Amino acid sequence: MATPTSSGVSVRSPREVPVLVPVEMLPVVGGATNASGRPLRRRERLAILAILVPVAIIGLFPMYWMVTTALTPSSAAIRVPPSLVPLDASTENLAELFRQAPILLWAFNSLVIAVAIMVCHVVFDSMAGYAFAKKRFPGKNLMFLLIVSSLMVPVEVTLVPRFILVTRLGLDDNLLGVILPSIADVFGIFLMRQFIRTLPTELEEAARVDGANEWHVFWRIIMPLSRPAVATVAIFSFVGAWNAFLWPLIVLSKRELLTLPVGVALLQQEFSTNIGLQMAGAAVGAIPTIVLFLFFQRQFLEGVRVGGVKG
Amino acid sequence: MTTTAERAPGAPRRGVRFWRRYGAGYLFVLPSMVFFVLFMFLPLGWSFVISFQRSGLAQSSWIGLDNYVSLLNDPVFGQAAFNTVLYSVVTVAVWVLVSMVLATLIHPLPPRLRTFFRAAYYLPSVTSAVFVALVWRWVFNANPWGLANYVLSLFGAGPLGFLSDPSPFLGANVALWSVILSSVLTIPAVGVVLYSAALSAVPRDLYEAAEVEGAGAIAKFRHITIPLLKPITLYVAVIYTIAAFEVFERVYVMTGGGPGYATNTIVYLIWRTGFRFGEYGLASAQAFLLFIVIATISLIQFRALRSDVEY
Repeated sequence: MATPTSSGVSVRSPREVPVLVPVEMLPVVGGATNASGRPLRRRERLAILAILVPVAIIGLFPMYWMVTTALTPSSAAIRVPPSLVPLDASTENLAELFRQAPILLWAFNSLVIAVAIMVCHVVFDSMAGYAFAKKRFPGKNLMFLLIVSSLMVPVEVTLVPRFILVTRLGLDDNLLGVILPSIADVFGIFLMRQFIRTLPTELEEAARVDGANEWHVFWRIIMPLSRPAVATVAIFSFVGAWNAFLWPLIVLSKRELLTLPVGVALLQQEFSTNIGLQMAGAAVGAIPTIVLFLFFQRQFLEGVRVGGVKG
Repeated sequence: MTTTAERAPGAPRRGVRFWRRYGAGYLFVLPSMVFFVLFMFLPLGWSFVISFQRSGLAQSSWIGLDNYVSLLNDPVFGQAAFNTVLYSVVTVAVWVLVSMVLATLIHPLPPRLRTFFRAAYYLPSVTSAVFVALVWRWVFNANPWGLANYVLSLFGAGPLGFLSDPSPFLGANVALWSVILSSVLTIPAVGVVLYSAALSAVPRDLYEAAEVEGAGAIAKFRHITIPLLKPITLYVAVIYTIAAFEVFERVYVMTGGGPGYATNTIVYLIWRTGFRFGEYGLASAQAFLLFIVIATISLIQFRALRSDVEY
């Protein structure tokens, strides 16, 4: 997937705060070449793998341990020594999870929020990205600078006023209250601007000559051509919204309105000794984004490289 | 397109001409600009105002600098600041070093292995920090069946109350070091991807020349890789520092800031002050101090990048 950038790049830190960097310092990947150009000797390759493989095992271990514990009946989970494979594997914890918590409702809430935020980002970020890339109007640079400078504002500093605002709108304890303060973001605007800048202007001009209005040019010409960038924005927006914790924690309080991360964190407080139940909840929350990643690996890694995200 | 208005018969008034010429651009950025003003800049200013008030949902009154003064004299805030800085310094140092080493080791591998390791390292980071932190809480379980305690018992040590022990250890306390350890053992995926991209652009002949001179792997790493990657190192360090300063989920799930205030961090304190105790004024003052630190780090990054992009 090609997501060209010509003068800059934005990378999101793990707390969803994108950071801008001149693209000059993020060089283009130069195909599949080895560093020194010389093929590795067998011994060298083994030595490298002897480091990389254990690191991968350590990194993936929490995921493995989550699923293993989720599949182990509670009575067996507290055995000494702990078993690294799920002995007497069963779905007992999962069944208990469905009995004790509205887990499907939480999943549904997470899905509604993530899809809504994703759609908003795709539409609004692209619109703004298009205008910043192709339109000329007084104040454009100032507006863009303003948007980019919001990267320096940690989201925590806006929490209290945002919450007062959402409460006055009557949207506290409402999924809309989670969605509304996230309908656009710098990362998406920046990525779309960088991509759309590389599109030839002739196509737009031709469409205008044929009588297409401005919206048609954007929606029927620009958007289809920007599909790779749109895919990146969509995936990162979805995953970011699905995993969000602090803001939903603040806005939502009714049990049946929670999202998966907030609900599962609550389970940990309600059933603090039932490890199997907690791990089953964590697995239900974690597996959807892992599956997404397995399907869209290229978009993820390309997105991090060009526009970067969560780490 | 810009000339149609000028050519229009009857020479329309200036406002109309202006609108025909630039209107579309404004309309395209409108949703995003409304969003940024309403949910970023307005809250930022508002938060600044609130920080000089004794403020809750119900009423508020001006108290000048009292919030800031009481924060600077508050041992709880002092400890949260200390914890946040220690957490950030240790994790960022490890993450930067580890991501650079991993990327360097991945780089000379055949393309398929490279792709595999990048994906394996990235996978854990697509899940919410909440779920991962839940697993770490389980690993650090104080009972002998907690995995970390089992490992300790193999060496004849423990069991240890990893997350519940506030006793002094290495200049901080056991619980805080346990939280830090869980972060350090997380693979810095974004760093690996960014360093990988940067390495692909390092000219091959530098390494070839070094090999001709008889330089070993370590010498090449020290004298070629590290200096060439300096700009990307600065960048990775900054995004990780900002992310580390905003650590929240890990603390919320693993320790709840405890025992006592042993693992309190700034963002956790902001959340607790503002949304547990409803002290908006004090929470805003805390958030503003965080904002000043993060904005300073961002500005240093922008300045440093401007002067240091040369390869």
